[in-house]
Amino acid sequence: MVNFLLHIIIMMGIYTILSVSLNFMLGYGGIISICHGAFFGIGAYAGALISMKLGLPFIIEVVFAGGIAGLCGVMIAGPTLRLEEDYMSLATYAFGVIVFTILNNWHSLTRGPLGLPGIPKIHFFSFRVDQLWSYAGLVIIFVFLTIIFTTAWIRSPFGKVLMAIREDQVAVSAIGKNVAFFKIIATVVSAFFAGIAGILLAHYLTFIDPSTFVIHESFVILGMVVFGGMGTILGPIAGAVIMVFVPEALRFVGLPGFYAAHLRQLMFSVLIIVMLLKRTQGLFGKE
Amino acid sequence: MILLEARRLSKHFGGIQAVRDFSFQIRKEVITALIGPNGAGKTTVFNLITGHLLTSAGEVVFNRRRIDGLPPHLIVQSGIARTFQLVRIFPKLTVLDNVVVGLRAPKGENLWNALFKPRGMKDETAHNREKAFHILEQVGLVDYKDQYAQNLGFGQQKLVEIARALATEPELLLLDEPTAGLSQDMTLLMRNLIRDLKEGGKTVLFIEHDMRVVMDISDWIYVLNYGEKIAEGKPEEIKRDPRVIQAYLGSE
Repeated sequence: MVNFLLHIIIMMGIYTILSVSLNFMLGYGGIISICHGAFFGIGAYAGALISMKLGLPFIIEVVFAGGIAGLCGVMIAGPTLRLEEDYMSLATYAFGVIVFTILNNWHSLTRGPLGLPGIPKIHFFSFRVDQLWSYAGLVIIFVFLTIIFTTAWIRSPFGKVLMAIREDQVAVSAIGKNVAFFKIIATVVSAFFAGIAGILLAHYLTFIDPSTFVIHESFVILGMVVFGGMGTILGPIAGAVIMVFVPEALRFVGLPGFYAAHLRQLMFSVLIIVMLLKRTQGLFGKE
Repeated sequence: MILLEARRLSKHFGGIQAVRDFSFQIRKEVITALIGPNGAGKTTVFNLITGHLLTSAGEVVFNRRRIDGLPPHLIVQSGIARTFQLVRIFPKLTVLDNVVVGLRAPKGENLWNALFKPRGMKDETAHNREKAFHILEQVGLVDYKDQYAQNLGFGQQKLVEIARALATEPELLLLDEPTAGLSQDMTLLMRNLIRDLKEGGKTVLFIEHDMRVVMDISDWIYVLNYGEKIAEGKPEEIKRDPRVIQAYLGSE
């Protein structure tokens, strides 16, 4: 039972990092993104490969793998600067498909659909993070760091300009701010933390394969942000926690495994639909 | 002293020539008006100056440096600010924040500073809030500073936009129809504000349809029709110019 709870905490933590980071660019910056799963996957694969092939210390791995995810953020942000709404969502969707296709087909690097087994456990000098409780603790630390960093940035003048961009980009350029710069930075930050979530997943499962990072995953993360309330601090946190917990809680209802898995998907959809019908701004959303 | 000069400014959109061969000079601390019938190309001229539109031909020179071709944010940084015909403020930010966001904040906008040098950033933020407060005093909106901009009346929103433009510390202010849609009282307030801005050392170029305002406060007027300059001069001259009268009457 305790192990199950720790597992839930770890998954809640990973998805909190994902939804908080997506909220940074989407909720505060108004930059449409349905490719967050792609950054999640890039971070996971980069982290797994770095630790398996290079054996670098964990902190360095985080910096590099997160950095690679961040750089991929530039790759999507740069060309799409002038796209709005529908066109932007199409472009990010396409980016997500491209990333999945690369992960699934670059056999020499990623072993394609076979995935990467045997991802080593994390260790800090001689301390090996190989217990559930210690891993949960590590995840929680990263959750806190993600929330603290993004909140500090949102509350700073940088955040104000970002929110202004969400309201009216043209007006922001008319007050002397380089809109492109702000949008790219917001995307890079968002992608970096999504990459970190990927690293944490990779070392937790010790096996990853491309099917975890399909487009569907981006919609799941988007759903959590929307459910909890875009553009708020608590929103994405609540969204992730609830949307991970509720489906998992169904395990205790006593259904056979097959049904439970489908019911989880159904539960997720029901939560989103009900929220969109009853309170479109999400749990903690304003107005 | 000439602050802004345009030489043979032209802009076409496919087959439509919106602005043709328009040359003009804006002198320092002078209030210049740009008038003409609807569709004459006035706002297009503004967009060409501010970099929101690329010129098809011609040059724009500000403080003796060419600015045509530069992106809007760099043009603003060199000292030109503008307001929009249909107010474009940030509705979900407070009035004070609308102004603060226009101020230069190199420390606060730096992510490293925001995280690891909070004191430097806090000082800058406090300093900026004070500056924004003074600007709001200038336009008379101090009482509304903590209201969300979307809750203000139209006229007040226009003032917010001017305050935000002033936050960028411009030498030249481009006001697009500042009195459009305003009541008599607000129009008077706006007229006085524009005069005050000139007293304070700013240069103003404004587009306007209200001829009483134009004749009252302008030092110099340019008249545009179908994208071409048809007259320029002091208010008294323009008022009596037959081509100008024809343009306004003929277009109705």
